[in-house]
Amino acid sequence: MIDILYFAWLKERMGRSAESLQLPPGVTTVAALAAWLRDRDDAGRLAFVDTAIVRAAINQEFAAPDASIADGDEVAFFPPVTGG
Amino acid sequence: MSLRILVQSAPFDTGSEISALLAGRTDIGGIGCFIGTVRGAIGTRSIEAMSLEHYPGMTERALASIATKAAARWPLQSVTIIHRIGRLRPGEPIVLVLTASAHRQAALDSTAFLIDWLKTAAPFWKQEHFSDGETVWVAAKTDDDQAAARWTEQ
Repeated sequence: MIDILYFAWLKERMGRSAESLQLPPGVTTVAALAAWLRDRDDAGRLAFVDTAIVRAAINQEFAAPDASIADGDEVAFFPPVTGG
Repeated sequence: MSLRILVQSAPFDTGSEISALLAGRTDIGGIGCFIGTVRGAIGTRSIEAMSLEHYPGMTERALASIATKAAARWPLQSVTIIHRIGRLRPGEPIVLVLTASAHRQAALDSTAFLIDWLKTAAPFWKQEHFSDGETVWVAAKTDDDQAAARWTEQ
């Protein structure tokens, strides 16, 4: 299982702040997981319509699209940060 | 280096944070300070409030990592970063960055470094609540990326 967290407008568009799921077969990277979520349902299509602007973290560290995901990871998707 | 990192909804007291940083020490020659506050308008459009969301756990790690980078670059005795979350009104402070060093240039430069990096590398998201009722997630600014990037170009 992996835990997925969503923040800011990704959370709103997904309609949830978190979910747990079995890593789908063939999904091994951040980019592949984003594409899988986009193709899963209407909420995913809305949230991941432009994957180029979606940022990610694995286990609370920023992660590039080609970063590997493993069972047990906490994966987060969010827009570019705007603090300060 | 002593490090104080807080993410909280409550206001912070800058005076007592500075006093705490100086308490019992005589090796500090200067303190750099940045306070970010909520603006009451974007252009001519007035703002009712700002909301700040963050990624608990990752935020604290990211802020500690940025502070560690600053400490590797400048001789710092102390870093304080306090970032507020939740709903804030115009005029309210959002973020406090304090650095203490034996020398003013290190204190001033590291303060600028910390706020520049905080804006691009700490997982916070702002939402603006306009007075006309519209609520908008703030888009990241390329200016902010450039401000952070200038520290790696040198």
